[in-house]
Amino acid sequence: MFIVEYLKEVTNAVKSLATGMKLTGYYFTHHKEIITQEYPDNRATLKMADRFKGEVVMPHDANNEHACTGCTSCELACPNGSIKVITKFDINADGKKKKAVDQHIYRLDMCTMCGLCIEACPTDAIKMANTFEHSVPDRNMLVKRLNNNGSKIREGVE
Amino acid sequence: MYHINEIVKNNTLIPSILAEADANDYIINIGPQHPATHGVLNLLITLNGETIKKVEPHLGFIHRSMEKMCESLSYRQFIYVTSRMDYLSAHINNHACALLVEKALQIEVPERAQYIRVIMDELTRIASHLLWWGAMAMDMGAFTPYFYAFRERELLTEIMEDTCGARLTMNYMVPGGVMQDPHEKFQHRVTTEFLPLLKSKLHEYEELVTDNIIFQNRVKDVGILSKEDAISYGCSGPTARASGVECDIRKLYPYDIYNKVEFNEVFETAGDSMARYLVRMKEIKESVSIIEQLIDNIPEGDFQAKTKAVLKLPKGEFYQRVETARGELGIFVVSEGGTTPYRIKFRSPGFSNLSCLDHITRGSKIGDLVASMGTLDLVIPDIDR
Repeated sequence: MFIVEYLKEVTNAVKSLATGMKLTGYYFTHHKEIITQEYPDNRATLKMADRFKGEVVMPHDANNEHACTGCTSCELACPNGSIKVITKFDINADGKKKKAVDQHIYRLDMCTMCGLCIEACPTDAIKMANTFEHSVPDRNMLVKRLNNNGSKIREGVE
Repeated sequence: MYHINEIVKNNTLIPSILAEADANDYIINIGPQHPATHGVLNLLITLNGETIKKVEPHLGFIHRSMEKMCESLSYRQFIYVTSRMDYLSAHINNHACALLVEKALQIEVPERAQYIRVIMDELTRIASHLLWWGAMAMDMGAFTPYFYAFRERELLTEIMEDTCGARLTMNYMVPGGVMQDPHEKFQHRVTTEFLPLLKSKLHEYEELVTDNIIFQNRVKDVGILSKEDAISYGCSGPTARASGVECDIRKLYPYDIYNKVEFNEVFETAGDSMARYLVRMKEIKESVSIIEQLIDNIPEGDFQAKTKAVLKLPKGEFYQRVETARGELGIFVVSEGGTTPYRIKFRSPGFSNLSCLDHITRGSKIGDLVASMGTLDLVIPDIDR
């Protein structure tokens, strides 16, 4: 009886190994099921998700205008201190002083892409872009100024 | 002046393990850089021949002082830190933080947000178990299962990327709901792409690993943890459930809409590595059934409750627990009434589960250590924080 049980065990063992090998063989002969894409080769067709959090950008319209009021909500919301808003005082047409953004400094090297600044922004002036190729030769190039040169706040944004 | 021998004898830096070892014992290090530890965990092992006499885990290689760090962050900001603890169940960690703030401020979360949160939690649980399955098989010498697991997990991370904007550390949960409405294709992709794919591939996992005779011989009756020991070591999650302990937080202390969904708490009674393996494989199926119940019934409405811009917790102590993929995660906050916590303590599942490693491997062979450690599902940043 011992021999019979022993042989049964051996047959079952061989069978279980063969089942696994059958599966491996299936994928060996079915190349279409392979889903791996190699990154630099597929750059032309690679499409990132719309919401992918790659970096913070400040969209400007055709008149070089943005929606940032310089309220520093994003600076306060950032957990890593990667945003610094330097403000200035503009003088309106009617002679009143008004707070405005001078430089919106964004440090990509300190950013963890948590998206809390986007949540905090009351005027939707900044958003996450889905770019991801951020490598640069010098670390200082990752410190970015988000508002364009000579840009000003859009009419009607308070 | 001391003699060199006296310095060695009196030096407290030399681990206690050296003092206990006999002359014939080997003391070897596994880690901090070892493929089987999945991170920077150092195990000092005393060996008598091939038999393990003692296992002493040494931690601290990836300590980032998260608890201290959270004391300087506001109640919105500290959530993102917890994604870096147990990064494989980042959603569930964030969920715990959000629940704690909501509990303290008595914010009512819209039902839509609750549904989305639970679906995301269960998707994360599946992703975590899939990765564990591949990594555990790789520890034991089978390299291919890793790729099979990553094939299904890839689709899951793409779905996460569509909705949350990130693949691993999503930071999607905020106090009062979720950050954004799910992507318009979210329901479609989960129901028509992910769930059918996972269901059609689950049998492959069984053919490849579960039924494999070599795997079975390596995990059966290895690393046995009895019910009493599981309780006394504070084990939770699949590790404790494999020993027959009833410890599913989703059943015992339901949060969000877990009391409305029907699911079974998976048990095994053997307590060995095979039981821990089977519990996780069955949990994947349970998670699939939870998602199926919810995905088509997400109610309309807001995805986030209106909250104040600056959150101030009332003075007092708050505790919230959730069931992550590894076990019970507890967050304890002491508030002085300010905008930042006075003290935060995380009770992470990994630390307690690791503590039973010495107990379950003592007296077994060194090859069994990897099998026991693999099925404990350790994530080192979760242990160390």
